[in-house]
Amino acid sequence: MAAPLTLLLIVAVTIRAVLFRSSLAELISERVEVVSPLNAWKRVVEGLALLDLGVSPYSGDVFHETPLMIYLFHFTVDYAEIVFMVSPYFVDCLSCLLASLDRAKIAIGSNNLKSDLLFNFPGCLRHIISFSTCGLNNAIIALFIFCTLKGSALLSGILLALATYQSIYPLTLFAPALLFFLQRLYIPVNLRRSSFWCFTLQYAFIYVGSLVVITGLSFFLLGSWDFIPSVYGFIFSVPDLTPNIGLFWYFFAEMFEHFRLFFICVFQINVFFYTIPLSIKLKEHPVFLIFMQIAIISIFKSYPTVGDVALYMAFLPAWSHLYRFLRNIFLVSCVLLACSALFPVLWHLWIYAGSANSNFYYAITLLFNFGQILLVSDYFYAYLRREHHLTHGLYLKKKDGTEATLVLK
Amino acid sequence: MGLLSDPNRRKALTNLLTRLNAPICMVCYLAAIVWFMGLAFEPFTLRTYMSENAMGSTMVEERFSSGERALSLAKEFDAHKRKAGGMPVEWLVKAMQARGLEVFTQSFSRKLPFPDENKERYMVRGTNVYGILRAPRAPRTEALVITAPCSPGNSDNQAVGLLLALAQYFRNQIFWAKDIIFLVNEHDLIGMQAWLEGYHHTNITGVKLKNYLMTQFHNWSIQAALSLELSSDVITSLDLILEGLNGQLPNLDLANLFYAFCQKLGVLCTIQGKLQRNDWDTAEGYTHAAQTMMLMVLKQACGRSWGDHGLFLRYHIEAASIRGINGFRHYKMDVATIGRLLEGMVRKLNNLLERLHQSYFFYLLPSLSRFVSIGYYMPAFGLLAVILLLRALDLWVNLGAPALEAVDGVTEAEQPSGPGVLTVLTPVVISHLTGVALYLLPVHLQEMAVEHFPVSETEAVVLTAVAIYTAGLALPHNTQRLLSGEGTEQGWKVLKLTALLYLAVLLGCTALINFSLGFVLAVTLVPITASMTPHMPKALSALAMVLLSPAFTILYCVFIYQELIEAPVSVGEGWMLFLSVISQGILDHALYGSLVYPLLALFIYPCWLMFWNILFWS
Repeated sequence: MAAPLTLLLIVAVTIRAVLFRSSLAELISERVEVVSPLNAWKRVVEGLALLDLGVSPYSGDVFHETPLMIYLFHFTVDYAEIVFMVSPYFVDCLSCLLASLDRAKIAIGSNNLKSDLLFNFPGCLRHIISFSTCGLNNAIIALFIFCTLKGSALLSGILLALATYQSIYPLTLFAPALLFFLQRLYIPVNLRRSSFWCFTLQYAFIYVGSLVVITGLSFFLLGSWDFIPSVYGFIFSVPDLTPNIGLFWYFFAEMFEHFRLFFICVFQINVFFYTIPLSIKLKEHPVFLIFMQIAIISIFKSYPTVGDVALYMAFLPAWSHLYRFLRNIFLVSCVLLACSALFPVLWHLWIYAGSANSNFYYAITLLFNFGQILLVSDYFYAYLRREHHLTHGLYLKKKDGTEATLVLK
Repeated sequence: MGLLSDPNRRKALTNLLTRLNAPICMVCYLAAIVWFMGLAFEPFTLRTYMSENAMGSTMVEERFSSGERALSLAKEFDAHKRKAGGMPVEWLVKAMQARGLEVFTQSFSRKLPFPDENKERYMVRGTNVYGILRAPRAPRTEALVITAPCSPGNSDNQAVGLLLALAQYFRNQIFWAKDIIFLVNEHDLIGMQAWLEGYHHTNITGVKLKNYLMTQFHNWSIQAALSLELSSDVITSLDLILEGLNGQLPNLDLANLFYAFCQKLGVLCTIQGKLQRNDWDTAEGYTHAAQTMMLMVLKQACGRSWGDHGLFLRYHIEAASIRGINGFRHYKMDVATIGRLLEGMVRKLNNLLERLHQSYFFYLLPSLSRFVSIGYYMPAFGLLAVILLLRALDLWVNLGAPALEAVDGVTEAEQPSGPGVLTVLTPVVISHLTGVALYLLPVHLQEMAVEHFPVSETEAVVLTAVAIYTAGLALPHNTQRLLSGEGTEQGWKVLKLTALLYLAVLLGCTALINFSLGFVLAVTLVPITASMTPHMPKALSALAMVLLSPAFTILYCVFIYQELIEAPVSVGEGWMLFLSVISQGILDHALYGSLVYPLLALFIYPCWLMFWNILFWS
């Protein structure tokens, strides 16, 4: 395992280094599919300039990174390229590790390095060189998953707090992480058991405690609470309607102002709501639950980018044993393929040629999200189905002895 | 979603699609052709109407009457042009200044990648002269442009004369709310490109400008541009030209405006040089409309700018060319009428409160009063694209993908591992490398070719392109040698699946940007690519493939175009035209950034080569 992994990493580093140096990087770092107002490197530079001048970086409406992030870049701005180059590796390494881990446990599937390569590169290619801080957020989430899988509750809680601090949405990963530790420590999920509550409180304390510490630290670094409305308010209330691959911008650009609050609640609740039913259904499979949650976040978050999509796509090789149960993979790959070609085309027609309009672009956005949702639900169904086959055998018989088929309704 | 989640219904649907694949594909293809031809049938099209409120009614009274002066100015211009042997800069500056315009000149030079034999130019050096009529009534933030070319020989003198007469007349009017720029450009599109780049402070095509920044402008926006081409004193009808660079079209309201004023002034107007007929229910009437539409499709598909207006479109400026025709004997109009028509159009455009955006940008015109919008013509292309997807689905099912397996997920044993990535990747990479060679080598190797063969530079470029194209046909054998193992049955299926999806995405994107190009390519490429397998009789299908390859598509288009403009050519002339079309395509790409040549060389041709590989799979 180690040798191919090292080789893979070396190849990946080279590709990334080359791409960073090419003119492609400049072109791509301007694309709306790749950078969002939250994580554009341009905006970080602006924030740094304001900070150097002694002005609060949040005083304008440009900078929306968290204070810790800006102080990180304040010290590493000269090495920013290296930071960007290295951070996506956590995602890569992790997906490899996860794939191997899973395989060791279940012993299904053959060599997977190739599929790692295939899945990782086209998916991430654009976000790798995008020069956006999305890569760092992904790295934090990847590290969090890694620590969780290694069983370190303390580190996992701290990293989860850090991820939440960065973009709020990873909050929903609390449930799967907790379920994973409970499973690992053989504590049954039972509301009447004291051991359950004991551990839950312990983990929640680590999480909330580190969240408070990080937020407090930001306050002391900056000397004001400016960043709360500017970062979290910005994420929740979606004031920036720059087109992106998400579902928010068009809808809120078209909406009457007095319905705005209501629909913001409706849209935002999507990210958090699915945690409950999924946690109940998948409480025995927290690792898969983490995957589902990450995918849901990347579909329903307010400023999604290709980087977010790449994060959960990077985990697909880990579920290679589900491949034979997938049913819409052809349709989904056609849709995603067509969308990734049509995004730039329609953007060109709308913005540069001026002949198409926003409806064309949004149509593709809708199609893309349809494809993503279909992909996620397909994996979900395949997982449930595999579980069913594991307990009931591969060849199902009806009561009268004829061959049966499973139907999801 | 029942269809997607219920395995029984999925099975039925998949079975249906695979069993009836070939008939469905055939029906789709025929339906696409019928649908497309039906677009020219008048009851299926919409009547054009003015969408823009600001230009709604035609309540303008046109008073322009100095037609005679325009003609005498044209003669004067002609004399000075002959004397100067090009643009008579000094005379023109004086003439414009005398009419109260602020006059500027702009010099530019350009070296073409290889000599343009159609227009006989290589090192181009020229000057644009333009005068600005400042708007007396409004802040100077918007402008309109009227252009006339300064062409060699006798042509387009009247356009410049009319331009100057109009400038004089407009100067005395007080209702202008937008600046009006009168531009006389030299070397047609090259001059226009230089002017536009200077105006927008960009440099995208490498024109060398003497005074790079036009500091007298503060980058205010041009709302619309009209380009005049008048070459004789007697004009019988006016032709409207809309097709711009890369098949981009101006807003339909501009065509509507032109048509409305032609109706009002009783001027005979044509599109694609074809008059409008009212007998749509007769066979001749339908054929006429179909011919007009086909001409538009062919012109749009070739992606070049058919008038001086074509480059404006790239900068979000709605523009059209108006060309005077002297061909229909019985109708005659004087220059004053054309002046009135232009006055009316410019005054209407002057009323605009925002950019023209209300009407359509994607349309085909079977006549000036009828149009086909994107919603009507896209299904024709969609039906063709569906064929590719259906074939891909069929292959996917054939390949025994567990996802669509009849037993739905429960396969007996481990599939024998599919063909290696290399088997598929090698042909793909080699095809694309050939494409890159086709794109880069012709222009870069011209010197070497001229040294070794007795040909001119232009011939060298074109013949190199043809040679590389033909050499690509020998590839499959070499590709096979590179592969270690035998090509398996699964190998070509995977390759074909990849190629089909690739072609579908490629044609889809092309059709969105330039419908005509996408459709023409789809009509020729789809039947052969959809049916190609290694098991067909080699010689016959190879012949069919070659006859339906992209190069032959261009050749057919040349012949059909000549047939439609009623100037049929013999095979030899057709071949010469074909060669000149190729050189023009390469030049258009190098000079103005037309995308057709790179699209064909870098994507369509490699994609076609992939199918060629499949045919010779062994």
